[in-house]
Amino acid sequence: MPRAAVINYGVGNLRSLQRGLEKSGAKVLITYSPSDLAKSDAIVLPGVGAFAEAIKNLSPLSDALLQSVRDGKPLLGICLGLQLLFTRSYEGGSKNGLNLIQGEIVKLPDTVKTPHIGWNTIQIAKPNPLVENVQNNSFMYFVHTYSPKPSEQSGVIAYTEYGVKFPSIIAKKNLFATQFHPEKSSKPGLAILKNFVKIVKR
Amino acid sequence: MLTKRIIPCLDVKDGKVVKGVQFKNLTVEGDPAKLAAIYAEQGADELVFLDITASYEKRGTILDVAKRTADMISIPFTVGGGIRNLTDIRNLLNSGADKVSINTTAIRESQLVKQAAETFGSQCIVVAIDSKRIYVKEDVPDKIVVDTPQGRCWWEAYVEGGRTPTGLDAISWAMKVKELGAGELLPTSMDCDGMQTGYDIPLTRTMSEKTNLPVIASGGAGNLEHIFEVLTEGKADAALAASIFHRSQYSIEEVKKYLSERGVPMRPIKEEV
Repeated sequence: MPRAAVINYGVGNLRSLQRGLEKSGAKVLITYSPSDLAKSDAIVLPGVGAFAEAIKNLSPLSDALLQSVRDGKPLLGICLGLQLLFTRSYEGGSKNGLNLIQGEIVKLPDTVKTPHIGWNTIQIAKPNPLVENVQNNSFMYFVHTYSPKPSEQSGVIAYTEYGVKFPSIIAKKNLFATQFHPEKSSKPGLAILKNFVKIVKR
Repeated sequence: MLTKRIIPCLDVKDGKVVKGVQFKNLTVEGDPAKLAAIYAEQGADELVFLDITASYEKRGTILDVAKRTADMISIPFTVGGGIRNLTDIRNLLNSGADKVSINTTAIRESQLVKQAAETFGSQCIVVAIDSKRIYVKEDVPDKIVVDTPQGRCWWEAYVEGGRTPTGLDAISWAMKVKELGAGELLPTSMDCDGMQTGYDIPLTRTMSEKTNLPVIASGGAGNLEHIFEVLTEGKADAALAASIFHRSQYSIEEVKKYLSERGVPMRPIKEEV
Protein backbone atom coordinates (compact mmCIF):
# COMPACT_ATOMS: atom_id res chain seq x y z
CA MET A 1 0.00 0.00 0.00
CA PRO A 2 1.55 3.35 -1.02
CA ARG A 3 2.33 5.74 1.80
CA ALA A 4 1.07 9.28 1.30
CA ALA A 5 2.43 12.03 3.54
CA VAL A 6 -0.17 14.76 4.06
CA ILE A 7 1.61 17.92 5.12
CA ASN A 8 0.10 19.39 8.24
CA TYR A 9 1.63 22.87 8.29
CA GLY A 10 -1.09 24.70 10.06
CA VAL A 11 -4.76 24.44 10.73
CA GLY A 12 -7.81 23.18 8.99
CA ASN A 13 -9.74 20.08 8.27
CA LEU A 14 -7.42 17.25 7.20
CA ARG A 15 -9.74 14.50 8.33
CA SER A 16 -11.80 14.39 5.12
CA LEU A 17 -8.65 14.33 3.02
CA GLN A 18 -7.20 11.52 5.12
CA ARG A 19 -10.38 9.45 4.73
CA GLY A 20 -10.54 10.15 0.99
CA LEU A 21 -6.97 8.98 0.46
CA GLU A 22 -7.51 5.91 2.63
CA LYS A 23 -10.62 4.98 0.67
CA SER A 24 -8.47 5.34 -2.44
CA GLY A 25 -6.04 2.76 -1.15
CA ALA A 26 -3.27 4.82 0.42
CA LYS A 27 -1.75 4.61 3.86
CA VAL A 28 -1.88 8.17 5.19
CA LEU A 29 0.59 9.89 7.44
CA ILE A 30 -0.36 13.38 8.63
CA THR A 31 2.99 14.96 9.28
CA TYR A 32 5.13 18.03 9.78
CA SER A 33 8.44 16.20 9.66
CA PRO A 34 10.96 16.43 6.78
CA SER A 35 12.09 12.83 7.34
CA ASP A 36 8.51 11.58 6.88
CA LEU A 37 8.42 13.30 3.49
CA ALA A 38 11.61 11.51 2.54
CA LYS A 39 10.20 8.13 3.59
CA SER A 40 6.80 8.47 1.88
CA ASP A 41 5.86 7.38 -1.65
CA ALA A 42 3.82 10.50 -2.33
CA ILE A 43 3.21 13.93 -0.87
CA VAL A 44 -0.10 15.73 -0.53
CA LEU A 45 0.03 19.46 0.07
CA PRO A 46 -3.39 20.57 1.30
CA GLY A 47 -4.18 24.08 2.29
CA VAL A 48 -6.65 26.56 3.55
CA GLY A 49 -6.12 30.08 4.78
CA ALA A 50 -3.78 32.80 3.66
CA PHE A 51 -0.84 32.34 1.25
CA ALA A 52 1.76 34.26 3.29
CA GLU A 53 0.99 32.40 6.51
CA ALA A 54 1.06 29.04 4.73
CA ILE A 55 4.36 29.58 2.94
CA LYS A 56 5.90 30.68 6.24
CA ASN A 57 4.60 27.58 8.05
CA LEU A 58 5.81 25.41 5.19
CA SER A 59 9.38 26.75 5.22
CA PRO A 60 10.89 24.14 7.62
CA LEU A 61 9.69 21.46 5.18
CA SER A 62 10.39 23.14 1.88
CA ASP A 63 13.87 21.64 1.34
CA ALA A 64 12.59 18.12 1.91
CA LEU A 65 9.58 18.83 -0.29
CA LEU A 66 11.65 20.22 -3.16
CA GLN A 67 14.08 17.28 -2.92
CA SER A 68 11.19 14.78 -3.08
CA VAL A 69 9.84 16.52 -6.18
CA ARG A 70 13.31 16.42 -7.80
CA ASP A 71 13.45 12.70 -6.98
CA GLY A 72 10.29 12.26 -9.01
CA LYS A 73 7.91 11.56 -6.12
CA PRO A 74 4.28 12.35 -7.03
CA LEU A 75 2.91 15.42 -5.31
CA LEU A 76 -0.72 16.54 -5.16
CA GLY A 77 -1.44 20.17 -4.26
CA ILE A 78 -4.99 21.02 -3.25
CA CYS A 79 -6.54 24.51 -3.27
CA LEU A 80 -4.00 26.74 -1.48
CA GLY A 81 -1.64 23.76 -1.89
CA LEU A 82 -1.85 24.34 -5.67
CA GLN A 83 -1.19 28.04 -5.25
CA LEU A 84 1.90 27.46 -3.08
CA LEU A 85 3.55 25.60 -5.99
CA PHE A 86 3.53 28.79 -8.10
CA THR A 87 6.21 31.45 -8.51
CA ARG A 88 4.31 34.13 -6.67
CA SER A 89 0.94 35.19 -5.31
CA TYR A 90 -0.59 38.63 -5.03
CA GLU A 91 -2.64 37.71 -1.97
CA GLY A 92 -1.71 40.28 0.70
CA GLY A 93 0.96 41.93 -1.47
CA SER A 94 3.44 40.05 -3.68
CA LYS A 95 4.72 36.87 -2.00
CA ASN A 96 7.08 34.22 -3.35
CA GLY A 97 5.91 30.64 -3.63
CA LEU A 98 7.81 27.38 -4.22
CA ASN A 99 8.29 28.20 -7.93
CA LEU A 100 7.73 24.59 -9.02
CA ILE A 101 5.16 25.85 -11.52
CA GLN A 102 5.97 29.13 -13.26
CA GLY A 103 3.22 31.68 -13.02
CA GLU A 104 1.19 33.84 -10.69
CA ILE A 105 -1.76 33.63 -8.34
CA VAL A 106 -4.14 36.52 -8.99
CA LYS A 107 -7.43 37.70 -7.49
CA LEU A 108 -10.66 36.65 -9.16
CA PRO A 109 -12.33 39.59 -10.96
CA ASP A 110 -14.58 42.05 -9.13
CA THR A 111 -17.45 41.19 -11.45
CA VAL A 112 -18.20 38.08 -9.38
CA LYS A 113 -18.76 37.47 -5.68
CA THR A 114 -15.73 36.29 -3.76
CA PRO A 115 -14.89 33.88 -2.27
CA HIS A 116 -15.91 31.57 -5.13
CA ILE A 117 -17.77 29.07 -2.95
CA GLY A 118 -19.67 26.06 -4.15
CA TRP A 119 -19.99 23.50 -6.91
CA ASN A 120 -18.67 24.36 -10.35
CA THR A 121 -17.81 22.32 -13.42
CA ILE A 122 -14.40 21.41 -14.80
CA GLN A 123 -13.82 21.44 -18.54
CA ILE A 124 -11.19 18.85 -19.29
CA ALA A 125 -8.72 20.27 -21.82
CA LYS A 126 -6.38 17.32 -22.23
CA PRO A 127 -6.05 13.73 -21.05
CA ASN A 128 -4.03 12.95 -17.95
CA PRO A 129 -3.92 9.95 -15.58
CA LEU A 130 -5.36 12.23 -12.88
CA VAL A 131 -8.65 12.64 -14.78
CA GLU A 132 -8.93 9.11 -16.09
CA ASN A 133 -12.60 8.09 -16.04
CA VAL A 134 -13.60 11.52 -14.77
CA GLN A 135 -16.42 12.90 -16.90
CA ASN A 136 -16.00 16.23 -18.63
CA ASN A 137 -18.10 18.90 -16.85
CA SER A 138 -18.05 17.03 -13.55
CA PHE A 139 -18.98 19.19 -10.57
CA MET A 140 -16.29 19.90 -7.99
CA TYR A 141 -16.37 21.90 -4.76
CA PHE A 142 -14.45 25.19 -4.85
CA VAL A 143 -13.66 27.72 -2.17
CA HIS A 144 -11.10 30.38 -3.03
CA THR A 145 -10.63 34.08 -3.81
CA TYR A 146 -7.42 33.89 -5.84
CA SER A 147 -6.83 31.74 -8.92
CA PRO A 148 -3.81 30.41 -10.83
CA LYS A 149 -2.39 32.05 -13.95
CA PRO A 150 0.44 29.81 -15.22
CA SER A 151 3.06 31.21 -17.61
CA GLU A 152 2.40 28.38 -20.03
CA GLN A 153 -0.85 26.57 -20.72
CA SER A 154 0.70 23.20 -21.59
CA GLY A 155 0.21 21.85 -18.07
CA VAL A 156 -3.44 22.82 -17.85
CA ILE A 157 -5.56 19.66 -17.66
CA ALA A 158 -8.89 21.36 -16.89
CA TYR A 159 -10.41 24.82 -16.74
CA THR A 160 -13.25 26.30 -14.72
CA GLU A 161 -15.15 29.52 -15.32
CA TYR A 162 -16.01 32.02 -12.63
CA GLY A 163 -15.79 35.59 -13.86
CA VAL A 164 -12.71 34.41 -15.71
CA LYS A 165 -11.58 31.10 -17.20
CA PHE A 166 -8.87 29.75 -14.88
CA PRO A 167 -6.98 26.43 -14.69
CA SER A 168 -8.60 24.14 -12.13
CA ILE A 169 -6.34 21.11 -12.67
CA ILE A 170 -2.65 21.42 -13.48
CA ALA A 171 -0.09 18.68 -14.07
CA LYS A 172 3.62 18.93 -14.72
CA LYS A 173 5.59 15.67 -14.71
CA ASN A 174 5.20 14.34 -11.15
CA LEU A 175 3.33 17.45 -9.95
CA PHE A 176 -0.46 17.42 -9.84
CA ALA A 177 -2.69 20.14 -8.47
CA THR A 178 -6.36 21.00 -8.18
CA GLN A 179 -7.88 24.37 -7.31
CA PHE A 180 -10.99 22.60 -5.99
CA HIS A 181 -11.20 20.20 -3.03
CA PRO A 182 -11.42 16.63 -4.36
CA GLU A 183 -11.95 15.34 -0.82
CA LYS A 184 -15.11 17.47 -0.61
CA SER A 185 -16.35 16.82 -4.14
CA SER A 186 -18.36 13.66 -3.58
CA LYS A 187 -17.83 10.81 -6.07
CA PRO A 188 -16.08 12.72 -8.89
CA GLY A 189 -13.64 14.12 -6.32
CA LEU A 190 -12.92 10.68 -4.89
CA ALA A 191 -12.24 9.47 -8.44
CA ILE A 192 -9.46 12.06 -8.67
CA LEU A 193 -7.94 10.94 -5.37
CA LYS A 194 -8.12 7.31 -6.55
CA ASN A 195 -6.36 8.27 -9.77
CA PHE A 196 -3.62 10.00 -7.81
CA VAL A 197 -3.07 6.90 -5.67
CA LYS A 198 -2.99 4.82 -8.87
CA ILE A 199 -0.30 7.13 -10.26
CA VAL A 200 1.71 6.64 -7.06
CA LYS A 201 1.51 2.86 -7.46
CA ARG A 202 2.98 2.95 -10.98
CA MET B 1 -21.07 27.32 -14.09
CA LEU B 2 -21.30 27.87 -10.34
CA THR B 3 -24.49 26.30 -9.07
CA LYS B 4 -26.80 27.45 -6.31
CA ARG B 5 -26.62 25.26 -3.22
CA ILE B 6 -29.32 23.37 -1.33
CA ILE B 7 -28.41 22.91 2.32
CA PRO B 8 -30.37 20.87 4.86
CA CYS B 9 -29.88 22.04 8.45
CA LEU B 10 -29.93 19.71 11.44
CA ASP B 11 -30.45 20.88 15.03
CA VAL B 12 -28.23 18.88 17.35
CA LYS B 13 -28.44 18.70 21.14
CA ASP B 14 -26.06 16.65 23.29
CA GLY B 15 -24.88 14.87 20.14
CA LYS B 16 -28.35 13.84 18.94
CA VAL B 17 -30.71 15.37 16.39
CA VAL B 18 -33.46 17.17 18.21
CA LYS B 19 -36.43 16.02 16.17
CA GLY B 20 -36.75 12.75 14.35
CA VAL B 21 -36.30 13.09 10.64
CA GLN B 22 -38.81 11.44 8.38
CA PHE B 23 -37.52 10.13 5.10
CA LYS B 24 -39.94 8.39 2.78
CA ASN B 25 -40.69 5.02 4.38
CA LEU B 26 -38.08 5.56 7.04
CA THR B 27 -37.85 7.54 10.25
CA VAL B 28 -34.32 8.13 11.43
CA GLU B 29 -33.94 9.14 15.02
CA GLY B 30 -30.86 10.19 16.76
CA ASP B 31 -27.57 10.09 15.00
CA PRO B 32 -26.69 13.29 13.09
CA ALA B 33 -23.84 11.62 11.21
CA LYS B 34 -26.11 8.93 9.78
CA LEU B 35 -28.66 11.54 8.72
CA ALA B 36 -25.91 13.59 7.15
CA ALA B 37 -24.85 10.56 5.12
CA ILE B 38 -28.40 10.06 3.85
CA TYR B 39 -28.75 13.71 2.82
CA ALA B 40 -25.34 13.61 1.12
CA GLU B 41 -26.37 10.51 -0.81
CA GLN B 42 -29.62 12.22 -1.84
CA GLY B 43 -27.70 15.09 -3.41
CA ALA B 44 -27.44 17.79 -0.74
CA ASP B 45 -24.70 20.27 -1.69
CA GLU B 46 -23.63 20.99 1.88
CA LEU B 47 -24.93 20.44 5.39
CA VAL B 48 -25.25 22.62 8.45
CA PHE B 49 -25.35 21.39 12.05
CA LEU B 50 -26.71 23.83 14.57
CA ASP B 51 -25.54 22.78 18.01
CA ILE B 52 -28.05 23.83 20.65
CA THR B 53 -26.41 21.93 23.51
CA ALA B 54 -27.06 24.07 26.56
CA SER B 55 -24.60 22.77 29.13
CA TYR B 56 -20.97 23.65 28.66
CA GLU B 57 -19.88 20.22 29.93
CA LYS B 58 -21.58 18.50 27.02
CA ARG B 59 -20.18 20.82 24.36
CA GLY B 60 -17.65 18.17 23.39
CA THR B 61 -20.42 15.99 21.97
CA ILE B 62 -20.52 18.06 18.79
CA LEU B 63 -16.85 17.28 18.12
CA ASP B 64 -17.67 13.61 18.07
CA VAL B 65 -20.55 14.30 15.66
CA ALA B 66 -18.18 16.26 13.40
CA LYS B 67 -15.61 13.46 13.40
CA ARG B 68 -18.08 10.74 12.55
CA THR B 69 -19.71 12.91 9.89
CA ALA B 70 -16.38 13.72 8.24
CA ASP B 71 -15.64 10.01 8.13
CA MET B 72 -18.92 9.26 6.38
CA ILE B 73 -19.51 12.03 3.85
CA SER B 74 -17.44 13.77 1.19
CA ILE B 75 -19.34 17.03 0.88
CA PRO B 76 -18.68 20.11 3.01
CA PHE B 77 -20.41 20.76 6.30
CA THR B 78 -20.64 23.69 8.69
CA VAL B 79 -21.08 23.64 12.45
CA GLY B 80 -22.66 26.54 14.29
CA GLY B 81 -23.90 27.27 17.78
CA GLY B 82 -22.08 28.11 20.99
CA ILE B 83 -18.73 29.00 19.42
CA ARG B 84 -16.91 31.30 21.83
CA ASN B 85 -13.26 31.50 20.88
CA LEU B 86 -10.44 30.40 18.57
CA THR B 87 -10.02 27.14 20.47
CA ASP B 88 -13.64 26.16 19.80
CA ILE B 89 -13.09 26.87 16.10
CA ARG B 90 -9.79 24.98 15.95
CA ASN B 91 -11.34 21.96 17.68
CA LEU B 92 -14.22 21.85 15.23
CA LEU B 93 -12.02 22.19 12.14
CA ASN B 94 -9.62 19.55 13.45
CA SER B 95 -12.60 17.27 14.03
CA GLY B 96 -13.53 17.50 10.35
CA ALA B 97 -15.86 20.49 10.04
CA ASP B 98 -15.13 22.57 6.94
CA LYS B 99 -16.63 25.80 8.22
CA VAL B 100 -17.91 27.23 11.44
CA SER B 101 -20.78 29.62 11.82
CA ILE B 102 -20.46 32.30 14.48
CA ASN B 103 -23.31 34.43 15.73
CA THR B 104 -23.47 35.78 19.30
CA THR B 105 -19.73 35.94 19.95
CA ALA B 106 -19.13 37.66 16.61
CA ILE B 107 -21.29 40.54 17.79
CA ARG B 108 -20.01 40.59 21.38
CA GLU B 109 -16.34 40.35 20.38
CA SER B 110 -16.06 41.28 16.72
CA GLN B 111 -12.27 40.81 16.79
CA LEU B 112 -12.92 37.07 16.94
CA VAL B 113 -14.10 37.21 13.32
CA LYS B 114 -10.90 38.98 12.31
CA GLN B 115 -8.62 36.66 14.27
CA ALA B 116 -10.45 33.58 13.04
CA ALA B 117 -10.24 34.68 9.40
CA GLU B 118 -6.54 35.45 9.76
CA THR B 119 -5.81 32.18 11.53
CA PHE B 120 -7.98 29.73 9.62
CA GLY B 121 -8.87 31.60 6.43
CA SER B 122 -12.01 33.47 5.42
CA GLN B 123 -13.29 30.41 3.58
CA CYS B 124 -14.24 28.68 6.83
CA ILE B 125 -15.77 31.63 8.67
CA VAL B 126 -19.52 31.98 8.23
CA VAL B 127 -21.23 34.73 10.18
CA ALA B 128 -24.83 33.94 11.08
CA ILE B 129 -27.11 36.92 11.67
CA ASP B 130 -30.54 36.48 13.24
CA SER B 131 -32.49 39.38 11.78
CA LYS B 132 -35.86 40.85 12.71
CA ARG B 133 -37.76 43.55 10.84
CA ILE B 134 -38.34 46.90 12.54
CA TYR B 135 -40.99 48.83 10.61
CA VAL B 136 -40.52 52.58 10.34
CA LYS B 137 -42.29 55.53 8.71
CA GLU B 138 -39.17 57.43 7.73
CA ASP B 139 -35.46 56.94 7.32
CA VAL B 140 -33.53 56.26 10.51
CA PRO B 141 -29.97 57.55 10.96
CA ASP B 142 -27.33 54.76 10.82
CA LYS B 143 -29.86 52.16 9.69
CA ILE B 144 -30.31 50.80 6.21
CA VAL B 145 -34.02 51.21 5.57
CA VAL B 146 -35.62 49.31 2.71
CA ASP B 147 -39.06 49.34 1.12
CA THR B 148 -40.74 45.94 1.28
CA PRO B 149 -44.23 44.83 0.20
CA GLN B 150 -45.15 44.92 3.91
CA GLY B 151 -43.81 48.43 4.50
CA ARG B 152 -40.54 50.26 5.14
CA CYS B 153 -38.19 48.56 7.56
CA TRP B 154 -34.69 47.88 8.71
CA TRP B 155 -33.45 44.66 10.29
CA GLU B 156 -32.24 44.39 13.86
CA ALA B 157 -29.63 41.73 14.67
CA TYR B 158 -30.45 39.44 17.61
CA VAL B 159 -28.13 37.19 19.61
CA GLU B 160 -28.43 34.24 21.98
CA GLY B 161 -30.68 32.18 19.75
CA GLY B 162 -32.96 35.11 18.97
CA ARG B 163 -33.59 36.04 22.58
CA THR B 164 -31.61 39.27 22.85
CA PRO B 165 -31.93 42.32 20.58
CA THR B 166 -28.70 44.23 19.96
CA GLY B 167 -29.87 47.47 18.38
CA LEU B 168 -27.44 46.71 15.55
CA ASP B 169 -28.55 47.06 11.96
CA ALA B 170 -28.13 43.56 10.48
CA ILE B 171 -27.16 44.84 7.02
CA SER B 172 -24.52 47.24 8.36
CA TRP B 173 -23.25 44.45 10.58
CA ALA B 174 -22.95 42.16 7.55
CA MET B 175 -20.89 44.84 5.78
CA LYS B 176 -18.69 45.14 8.84
CA VAL B 177 -18.00 41.39 9.09
CA LYS B 178 -17.02 41.36 5.44
CA GLU B 179 -14.29 43.86 6.32
CA LEU B 180 -13.30 41.70 9.28
CA GLY B 181 -12.80 38.73 6.96
CA ALA B 182 -15.98 36.65 7.00
CA GLY B 183 -16.26 34.43 3.92
CA GLU B 184 -20.00 33.84 3.91
CA LEU B 185 -23.19 35.17 5.50
CA LEU B 186 -26.10 33.22 6.92
CA PRO B 187 -29.00 35.58 7.64
CA THR B 188 -31.95 33.93 9.37
CA SER B 189 -35.19 35.82 9.20
CA MET B 190 -36.79 35.73 12.64
CA ASP B 191 -40.05 36.98 11.13
CA CYS B 192 -40.23 34.07 8.70
CA ASP B 193 -38.48 31.25 10.58
CA GLY B 194 -40.81 28.33 11.26
CA MET B 195 -43.71 29.99 9.43
CA GLN B 196 -43.17 28.15 6.15
CA THR B 197 -44.52 31.20 4.29
CA GLY B 198 -41.34 31.98 2.36
CA TYR B 199 -37.95 33.53 3.03
CA ASP B 200 -37.51 37.25 3.73
CA ILE B 201 -36.58 38.15 0.16
CA PRO B 202 -35.71 41.84 0.75
CA LEU B 203 -33.40 40.78 3.61
CA THR B 204 -31.31 38.35 1.55
CA ARG B 205 -31.34 40.61 -1.50
CA THR B 206 -30.19 43.67 0.44
CA MET B 207 -27.49 41.72 2.25
CA SER B 208 -26.27 40.15 -0.98
CA GLU B 209 -26.17 43.48 -2.85
CA LYS B 210 -24.55 45.45 -0.03
CA THR B 211 -21.80 42.95 0.78
CA ASN B 212 -21.23 40.97 -2.43
CA LEU B 213 -20.42 37.99 -0.19
CA PRO B 214 -22.04 34.59 -0.72
CA VAL B 215 -25.35 34.53 1.19
CA ILE B 216 -27.06 31.43 2.59
CA ALA B 217 -30.75 32.24 3.04
CA SER B 218 -32.42 30.77 6.10
CA GLY B 219 -35.85 30.82 7.68
CA GLY B 220 -39.23 30.41 6.05
CA ALA B 221 -39.00 27.70 3.40
CA GLY B 222 -42.40 26.08 3.00
CA ASN B 223 -42.53 25.09 -0.63
CA LEU B 224 -40.49 24.87 -3.83
CA GLU B 225 -41.54 28.30 -5.06
CA HIS B 226 -40.09 29.86 -1.89
CA ILE B 227 -36.69 28.36 -2.62
CA PHE B 228 -36.88 29.49 -6.24
CA GLU B 229 -37.75 33.06 -5.15
CA VAL B 230 -34.90 33.40 -2.70
CA LEU B 231 -32.30 32.07 -5.14
CA THR B 232 -33.45 34.40 -7.93
CA GLU B 233 -35.22 37.55 -6.69
CA GLY B 234 -33.57 37.20 -3.26
CA LYS B 235 -30.10 36.93 -4.83
CA ALA B 236 -29.09 34.23 -2.35
CA ASP B 237 -26.34 31.80 -3.31
CA ALA B 238 -27.65 28.96 -1.22
CA ALA B 239 -30.92 28.02 0.44
CA LEU B 240 -30.94 26.43 3.86
CA ALA B 241 -34.01 24.54 5.02
CA ALA B 242 -34.92 22.23 7.84
CA SER B 243 -38.49 21.12 8.25
CA ILE B 244 -39.41 20.70 4.58
CA PHE B 245 -36.66 18.10 4.32
CA HIS B 246 -36.99 16.54 7.75
CA ARG B 247 -40.73 16.02 7.38
CA SER B 248 -40.10 14.65 3.92
CA GLN B 249 -42.35 17.30 2.43
CA TYR B 250 -39.88 17.42 -0.43
CA SER B 251 -36.80 15.39 -1.23
CA ILE B 252 -33.57 17.08 -2.29
CA GLU B 253 -34.17 15.54 -5.70
CA GLU B 254 -37.59 17.17 -6.06
CA VAL B 255 -36.19 20.55 -5.04
CA LYS B 256 -33.33 20.34 -7.50
CA LYS B 257 -35.51 19.10 -10.35
CA TYR B 258 -37.98 21.95 -9.81
CA LEU B 259 -35.25 24.57 -9.71
CA SER B 260 -33.26 23.32 -12.69
CA GLU B 261 -36.43 23.18 -14.80
CA ARG B 262 -36.83 26.87 -14.00
CA GLY B 263 -33.32 27.71 -15.06
CA VAL B 264 -31.59 27.83 -11.67
CA PRO B 265 -28.16 26.18 -12.04
CA MET B 266 -28.05 23.03 -9.89
CA ARG B 267 -25.53 20.28 -9.33
CA PRO B 268 -27.26 17.14 -10.62
CA ILE B 269 -28.27 14.41 -8.17
CA LYS B 270 -26.83 11.62 -10.26
CA GLU B 271 -23.10 11.78 -10.50
CA GLU B 272 -21.35 9.96 -13.26
CA VAL B 273 -17.90 8.67 -12.53
